Amino acid sequence: MTEAARNVSAAHEVARVFRDAYGQAVATLVGVFGDITLAEDAVQDAFVVATERWQRDGIPPNPAGWIVTTARNRAIDVLRRAARGRTLHDEVASGAGSGEAEDPEQVGAVSDDRLRLIFTCCHPALRTEHQVALTLRLLGGLSVDELARAFLITESAMAKRLVRAKYKIKAANIPYRVPNEADLPDRLRSVLSVLYLIYKAGLNTPSRTSLRGEAIRLARTLVELMPDEPEAAGLIALLLLSEARAPTRVADGSLVLLRDQDRGRWNRDLIDEGEAIVRACIRRGQPGPYQLQAAIHAVHCNAATFEETDWHQIVAIYDHLCALMPTPVVALNRAIAIAEIEGPRAALDLIDQVAPDLANYHLMHAARGTFLRQLGQRDAAASAFQRARNLAGTDAERGFLADQVEELTSGTPDDSD
Amino acid sequence: MSQYLLATYAVEGQVPGAPSTPEETQKFMESVIALEAEMEDSRVFVFGGSLHGPDASTVITPKAGEVVMTDGPFVESKDHIAGFYIINADDLDDALEWAHKVVTALNHPIEMRPFQATEKVADHIPQKSDA
Repeated sequence: MTEAARNVSAAHEVARVFRDAYGQAVATLVGVFGDITLAEDAVQDAFVVATERWQRDGIPPNPAGWIVTTARNRAIDVLRRAARGRTLHDEVASGAGSGEAEDPEQVGAVSDDRLRLIFTCCHPALRTEHQVALTLRLLGGLSVDELARAFLITESAMAKRLVRAKYKIKAANIPYRVPNEADLPDRLRSVLSVLYLIYKAGLNTPSRTSLRGEAIRLARTLVELMPDEPEAAGLIALLLLSEARAPTRVADGSLVLLRDQDRGRWNRDLIDEGEAIVRACIRRGQPGPYQLQAAIHAVHCNAATFEETDWHQIVAIYDHLCALMPTPVVALNRAIAIAEIEGPRAALDLIDQVAPDLANYHLMHAARGTFLRQLGQRDAAASAFQRARNLAGTDAERGFLADQVEELTSGTPDDSD
Repeated sequence: MSQYLLATYAVEGQVPGAPSTPEETQKFMESVIALEAEMEDSRVFVFGGSLHGPDASTVITPKAGEVVMTDGPFVESKDHIAGFYIINADDLDDALEWAHKVVTALNHPIEMRPFQATEKVADHIPQKSDA
């Protein structure tokens, strides 16, 4: 191999190890030193050293273990300098497993550290946007710059957000451990919702698509670490089944409805994997909101055409979901499924019941527009789509909704309402 | 070990959720007495109390070598601190467990804030915290 080729290969290897090992390394170091900023800085430094060293000496047999060991030694150096002759170094060194032991094999045992870190990052005492940013930064290894671009804020605003979140963890003494059994359902819900938010942030907006992959990667890790949590399995199934269809949701910058999506382009591998998980969930018999939403997606993925969709089964799952999670949004989605069986009038009556709660939710207005149009009430439909357009959050949705308004108003000679 | 302030607030002089009938007051007192006994037994209780309203407060300010006092609260606001507990806890989750009990007993919201330091400053200087 030429030297240039070796450099390129080393750079690739650093990038690969970075993706795979960043979260593990940070989690391990937080476990040893109890300080997130120290852990982050040390892991960053270790990757910088790796980039130089590996190009010169070649890639070590266990790159991830090398990173953890190097970062740990680095952190001890930092503490030693800060301690200025105090005995802190000795305390830390003993806490760090005698400090100098080069023990790359230890990396296999860090999975618990990552789980602890997920629960720390998603602690409900932190506000949601801080949970999301921290999870992506510490476990996903995204840079501040990448995060800023994904969430459409400046780099300094994102840096401030992360500093603030880390400050609260330290000041309020948010623990670094898996919650006890009594707290676990609540805390797990918070973790799952952060991962789902990350995924949804990656939908629709072209600049953020990498967040989808990141959410799936983190959700896979979570399932690996908590194989007995049915809702964690439900989340990964939901993400896989959404991802299978994601590329067909937008065409030419505009949203494509489920009925118009090119089902031939749905990713069968992801669907098969997602469906297998849904079936395993059903056998387990401990349903929850994520599992049920995944099951609904599975029914859609199973239909060869929109017309062949088993709407009775979908409504039955929505009934179950409504019982577990009686939110207006679930009621709205159930009404949309009911429309396919009982028609637009029945759906509108159901939507009217939740409309006041969803006055600012664009999809409620879009659904009303769709059903009003089916009933021939074109003016009312146009104004519903217009309201939906004004409330929509993404360009793809705005484009689609504007097209509906256009189509409803252009053919009408007198469009006064 | 950390220490936390658990503060209740009065909104325009009224504590939301406070008991209004003698029966409610009786129940309220019983639950607070039970809570404080539990805190004491668990060595969680450091200090606590309820405060007079902002009309009773005096602000004392250093000004050009003198000390000036004025009538009234430091911040003009609808909301004023009405009472508080200071508790010992292992970490935030432990503190939250107690916060849960306090909120259940008092039936109104509290704000929980960690102390940055609790010893006397003089005790604090020679040796740093045991972190």
